[in-house]
Amino acid sequence: MNERIKKLREQSLQAKPSISSERARLVTEFYKSNVAQRVSAPVQRALAFKHILENKAICFNEGELIVGERGPSPKATPTYPEVTAHSLKDLRILDTRKKTSFAVDEETRELYKNEIIPYWRGKSIRDRIFSEMSQSWIDAYEAGIFTEFMEQRVPGHTVLDDKIYRKGFVDFQKDIEESLAKLDFLKDPEAYKKREQLIAMDICTDVLIHYANRHAEKAAKLANKEKDPKRKKELETIARVCSRVPANAPRNFWEALQYYWFVHLGVIIEFNTWDSFNPGRLDQHLYPFYKKERADKTLSEERARELLQAFWIKFNNQPAPPKVGVTAQESGTYTDFALINTGGVKPDGSDAVNELSYLILDVVEEMRILQPSSMVQISKKNPDRFLKRALKIVKTGFGQPSIFNTDAIVQELVRQGKSVEDARNGGTSGCVEAGAFGKESYILTGYFNMPKVLEITLNNGLDSRTDKLIGLQTGSPERFSTFDDLFDAFKKQLKHFVDIKVAGNNIIERLYAEYLPTPFLSLLIDDCIATGKDYHDGGARYNTNYIQGVGLGTMTDILASIKYNVYDQTHVSMRRLLTALKSNFEGHGTLRQRLLNKTPKYGNDEDYADDIMKSVFEAYFDAVDGKPNTKGGNYRINLLPTTVHVYFGSVIGATADGRKANEPLSEGVSPVQGSDRHGPTAVVKSVGKMDHVRTGGTLLNQKFTPQLLADEEGIDKLLHLVRSYFKMDGHHIQFNVISADTLRDAQKQPHKYRDLIVRVAGYSDYFVDLSVELQNEIIQRTEHLSF
Amino acid sequence: MHGTIFDIKRYAIHDGPGIRTTVFFKGCTLNCQWCHNPEGIKFEHEIMFRPELCAAECWDCVPRCPKKAINENGTIISIEQKKCDLCGICGDVCAYESVEIVGRDVTVAEIMKEVEKDRIFYDESGGGVTISGGEPLAQGDFLLSLLEKLNEKGIHTAVDTSGFVPYEILSLIIERADLILYDLKVMNEHRHRIFTGESNTIILENLRRLSEKGSNLIIRMPVLKGLNDDPENIQSMVDFLLPLNKSRQINLLPFHRGGEGKLMRLNKKSPLVEFKTPSEKKLRKIKGELSSHGFHVKIGG
Repeated sequence: MNERIKKLREQSLQAKPSISSERARLVTEFYKSNVAQRVSAPVQRALAFKHILENKAICFNEGELIVGERGPSPKATPTYPEVTAHSLKDLRILDTRKKTSFAVDEETRELYKNEIIPYWRGKSIRDRIFSEMSQSWIDAYEAGIFTEFMEQRVPGHTVLDDKIYRKGFVDFQKDIEESLAKLDFLKDPEAYKKREQLIAMDICTDVLIHYANRHAEKAAKLANKEKDPKRKKELETIARVCSRVPANAPRNFWEALQYYWFVHLGVIIEFNTWDSFNPGRLDQHLYPFYKKERADKTLSEERARELLQAFWIKFNNQPAPPKVGVTAQESGTYTDFALINTGGVKPDGSDAVNELSYLILDVVEEMRILQPSSMVQISKKNPDRFLKRALKIVKTGFGQPSIFNTDAIVQELVRQGKSVEDARNGGTSGCVEAGAFGKESYILTGYFNMPKVLEITLNNGLDSRTDKLIGLQTGSPERFSTFDDLFDAFKKQLKHFVDIKVAGNNIIERLYAEYLPTPFLSLLIDDCIATGKDYHDGGARYNTNYIQGVGLGTMTDILASIKYNVYDQTHVSMRRLLTALKSNFEGHGTLRQRLLNKTPKYGNDEDYADDIMKSVFEAYFDAVDGKPNTKGGNYRINLLPTTVHVYFGSVIGATADGRKANEPLSEGVSPVQGSDRHGPTAVVKSVGKMDHVRTGGTLLNQKFTPQLLADEEGIDKLLHLVRSYFKMDGHHIQFNVISADTLRDAQKQPHKYRDLIVRVAGYSDYFVDLSVELQNEIIQRTEHLSF
Repeated sequence: MHGTIFDIKRYAIHDGPGIRTTVFFKGCTLNCQWCHNPEGIKFEHEIMFRPELCAAECWDCVPRCPKKAINENGTIISIEQKKCDLCGICGDVCAYESVEIVGRDVTVAEIMKEVEKDRIFYDESGGGVTISGGEPLAQGDFLLSLLEKLNEKGIHTAVDTSGFVPYEILSLIIERADLILYDLKVMNEHRHRIFTGESNTIILENLRRLSEKGSNLIIRMPVLKGLNDDPENIQSMVDFLLPLNKSRQINLLPFHRGGEGKLMRLNKKSPLVEFKTPSEKKLRKIKGELSSHGFHVKIGG
């Protein structure tokens, strides 16, 4: 990377996340104004958006090519008091906590104390949500059975398609005009609502154009003062770009990137949406510009690379908005999950990989920053060369890019009712969530703690942590004469809690639709303009809700253990097992070891446990899939945890798989940490036994040491491992390439690293099975290779 | 018919082409002092004990031993090898994985059930099954019927051999194996005898005859510092291999200390000599030397 990018990257890495009070001040100012009281909800939101963007500071970082910051400076992060009005205590926690902290200055604290908190307390959507929930919902939420995504952040999980590269905001205005002209006030009882929505969207188009023009003016001013002729020219170009887009369709690579960036800022300033808003299939969207300009010789590869790198840094400058409480625990990260997609297929189903796909991977490798995240879509039609290029970045050990199966994604989306073209134009976002880009609102509504539900079942409806009766009384487990009796009770309990969650969601969804519509985001997602409906109110072409299942591996191992030890082998009675669990295995050490070491486990390609995994999967699927939401769409399942498996584990006592109380659960669809002992093919086979196509995303993590990928041959074989998993319709796989530090930790705590495979010399083996001497030798070798 | 194996390892990626499953036969005709799989040397089952895993509160195995061969002293158990008949009950009982019987008598069908699990990976990667050991050819009949079954199922086969077996058996095996991984340890006959317990005359002769038959071979050479990494040994290798037109691929396997921990667990003595891994530089030099004579050389696998 060149000096300019190095500096900007360094600035981004060094910037400490802080809270900026700018947005909170502006939005409160607006809501207190007279005009805010006189207009409909969507127009109110559009005018609030206008007030913020017209008055917020314009930031130009030195040497920038792509301009615009969400806050007044990099990583100065706004708050959204209409959604969550942070208390002074929240601000103190944000300022001082060890992980994902945000600096809060005195001025912000004062503003919150005197203006923000007095105005918004009781009015924020968060306060409204909690006051609207039933007691059974509150009980389940407090017990840690599920989390609630919308309690601090606004629904918004969606990704952009190619429309902004074809159309300017002026064109959107024409579309809005057409929709307005079609309104039928005689026959359509919704006509007024639609009109207000369309007017609000129209206001938003002008707001963003005006915001871009403020950047153009600032660039022109800076150009005037600039002494360095090269930079002067650049600033003049920036001024031209910003006055061209987003009003008009972009004509070149630079304009396309800047256009997207203004749109991105619009989305993340309008609301603190959950999450992952991003350009999606970037290599597809930009390729026509790239190809044309390369042919015309108006764009060098170097300049294209530099612009992409500058674009990357803009993402890294925007940490996820501050989260507190359970939400901070379920998603304890600065990343906001923008996931750049490369590869995959074109709308006609053909191979979509192009030169730009490779250039983007170069950028990923060189930038090595947290945001944006990156992934490759791998279809059977994509060349091995592309996957290999991605694996060579994976090998450098920073967890990017993750690898997705396009052919599975397309099947998943089509099963959910999307057209084949919309499915092929889609991809994944966030962690692993499949979506029809530009056309779908796919809302993750909360994580669901499956093992907690089982724990409650084993306690006949009681939450043993609080001694509160919160579940159904499905009977004393000692009375279950067969494993199936137990499993049936679990299914009843599962359905009970899923229904509580969905009932809550149905209220929350309406609160957003009625009180906090999102006219700017609605502009961008088909078919909101055509139908005159808000994104929060079913305006998107597809409206999917997810409840993300967590702890599949732990769940499976607990059930396999009970089936094997209590019912099949009768090693231990249910009573004794429950006593051991209650005492957290105190005085039952040998029993615990038997549960850990002599009991079937998921992830070893053995049907005993894997069949149970399939039953758990089916039970969860049956409880969730197909339920209607309030936006004309349906509920689907996906299986991913972000960081919630730690929180969910912390509310569960000891479990029958040998896990001690409060320890984390398994993550995604991965086996329990350390329980898979037969290598990556066995894991992939076990995981491949589930029907990924009936989900909207599953997450599989695998650990490898750098030695395993040291040579071309190692990469080749990993490539075949991935291809084989994808033949089984596996959705996603990601590799951790392990550092020497981890290996040292593995020496100290071998039980946690049972599944860690290392390249020894002529063969591969489990690290913990090696002699200490050999381990030391490998650790030494690793350090030469680790980054 | 039963054979004795001591392990089946999946995702074996250094034992031939593609993703493979390696089946380890128990029992060897040589006794290489540096062996990284010492549990594969003896033909009989063995008991492997890892004292660091044995837990003082347990003693589940003591009363369960039918031969009363296990005693405890309050902190740890001990096993009287003389009384032990390797029935394996202690291994089943031990929740801590401290006691384990090495060696399993299995049928071809049982092995097939295990190796066929990774079929999708073999198909995708051009991989298959490698049979290693120990010395797999020492269980010749069993190996033959396993290879026949693998052939019938269309699974690619590789056999890893020390070559220290009668040629008659070898010639039957090469009919049915797609690839032979042939170990070549030390050229000097005397040194070979000292460190492996046997002369290398038969090994070299067998290799010559295999090459004449045009078998698909990869030469595998474990490289040990000071034992076989000297220029003389490399030169003798070149002199021997050059006239054999079918032995062009040589894989150098740098020695590693994987066997040491296992020796202790098997209650066996460590070798008198401390073996060492040759330096990267040395390995590259050997590779260069061999390559200059037209061999395809790979370090590892």
